[in-house]
Amino acid sequence: MNETRHRVTLKVNGVVREATVPGRRLLSDCLRHDLGLTGTHVGCEHGVCGACTVLLDGEPVRSCLMFAVTADGHEITTVEGLARGDGEPSPVQRAFSECHALQCGFCTPGFLCAVTAFLRDNPAPSEEEALEAVSGNLCRCTGYQNILKAVHRAAEIQASEIQAAEIQAEEGGA
Amino acid sequence: MKPPPFDYHGPVTLGEALDVLAEAGPDGKVLAGGQSLIPLLNMRLAAPAHIVDVNRVPGLDGIEAGQDGVRVGALARHAAVERSPEAAALPLLRQALRLVAHPVIRNRGTVVGSLVHADPSAEMPAVLALLGGSVRLAARGGEREVAAADFFTGPMESALRPGELAVSAFFPALPGRSGTAFHEVSRRHGDYAVAGVAAAVTLDEDLRVTAARVACVSVGPVPVVVDVTTACGPRPAGSAGWEAAAAAVRDRIEPEGDIHATADYRRHLTGVLAVRALRDAAAAAHGEEA
Repeated sequence: MNETRHRVTLKVNGVVREATVPGRRLLSDCLRHDLGLTGTHVGCEHGVCGACTVLLDGEPVRSCLMFAVTADGHEITTVEGLARGDGEPSPVQRAFSECHALQCGFCTPGFLCAVTAFLRDNPAPSEEEALEAVSGNLCRCTGYQNILKAVHRAAEIQASEIQAAEIQAEEGGA
Repeated sequence: MKPPPFDYHGPVTLGEALDVLAEAGPDGKVLAGGQSLIPLLNMRLAAPAHIVDVNRVPGLDGIEAGQDGVRVGALARHAAVERSPEAAALPLLRQALRLVAHPVIRNRGTVVGSLVHADPSAEMPAVLALLGGSVRLAARGGEREVAAADFFTGPMESALRPGELAVSAFFPALPGRSGTAFHEVSRRHGDYAVAGVAAAVTLDEDLRVTAARVACVSVGPVPVVVDVTTACGPRPAGSAGWEAAAAAVRDRIEPEGDIHATADYRRHLTGVLAVRALRDAAAAAHGEEA
C-alpha cells in the first residue's frame, strides 16, 4: 500500500533533524526508528505507562500519543538531551543514580524527562507534589520509594548548583 | 500497536479545516490533543479514513472569562485551563481538571476534546452538564450552539455531526454566594473514576440553601444531573439534609456493574460522594460570603 509521506523537521536535543514519515508515524517511533534515538522507550503505547515521555517545547508529553507530523517545527528533548554539553549527567540523572532509583531501567527515560520538567517548574516540591509528579509513570521494579527520594535529591543538587553559580557570579563581579 | 493508515490533513485556517471536514463527512475525525483518539487508533478500536489535525489552526486556544462565564477554545489544553487566571473565575474547572488523568496527559489533552469524546466517566462533561453550559459547533456555512443537556447523547456519543468541528465550550458562571466541589473515587490516582460527583450549591443572605445540584459520572450513559434543592433547602447550609439529598441521588442513577465495581457499590459510593461534594460546595459558598 502506498501511503502518503510527509516531510517533518524537528529540533531534537538542539539539533535540526528531518524525516519523511507517513501520517500515522507516532512521534515515539519517529524518534527511535527514523532518527535512531532509542533512548526513548515504548511500553504500553496507549499513554498509560509513561516510558515514552519526552519534552515538547519544554513540556512533558507522551510521545506515543502524538504523531510526528503534528510535532513538525517543534522542539523535542529526549533522554539523550538531558545531560550537559560536556556529557556530565544532569542533576536529575545524578540523583537517580545516587538514590538507586532504577533497576532494569526501562521506565527511566520517561521518569527523567517528567521529573526534569517538574523540578524546573517546582524546584522545591513537597512530598505530595513529588508523588503527584511521578504518578503518571509506571515502574515495575523499584516500588517507587527510591524514585521519590531521587526527586527530592535532584531538587537539592539543583538548588546547590544554583547557589554555587550565584556565589561564583558574585565573586566574578567583585 | 500502531495506528491504521489514514489520510492526514493539517489545515492552517479554520475555513480550510471545515472544508476538509465537509469533504471527509463521516470518514473524517478531528485531532486536537489526541489523548483519547490516539489510544483508540493505537489499539485499532477506531480507523477513520481522514484525520484532520487542527493543531495549526490559529485562534482556537483561547480562554476568555466574562461576567457570565468562561469560554474555552478547542485547542486550550487541560493544563492551560488549569493554570489560567481567567478560568480561575470558575473554581469548579480547576477542581475537576486536577482529577483528569495525569499532569503529562493534561499537557496535551484539551477540554473541548474531552467533551466531544463524551466518556461517561470523564470529569469535564459532568462539569459542563452541571453548569448548564454549551458547545459551539462550526461547519462549512454555519455555526450552532448546543446545550449540554442535548450535547451528550450516549456513552462516547455527542450531538456533533459529520463535518462539524467543536470550536469552543462555554461554562456559565454561578450566581453569587455559590460554591462548588468535585469528589471521585478511582482505583488508582488518575484512573477512570469508579464514581464521581460534582456539586454546586447556592445560598441566600441567611445562608440557607436556595439551589443545589450534582452531576454524577460513571453511573449512566451520560453525566447524570440531579437537582437536590428540595431535599436540601431551604434549611441553613449548616443543618442541610445532605443525607436526604444523597438518597435522592441514589434513586435517580442507574449504574451498571463491571469488573471494577458492582452496580450496588457504585450507587452507594455515589451517595457518599454526593454528601461530601455538597458539604464542601456549601462551605465554599459560605466562605465566599465571609
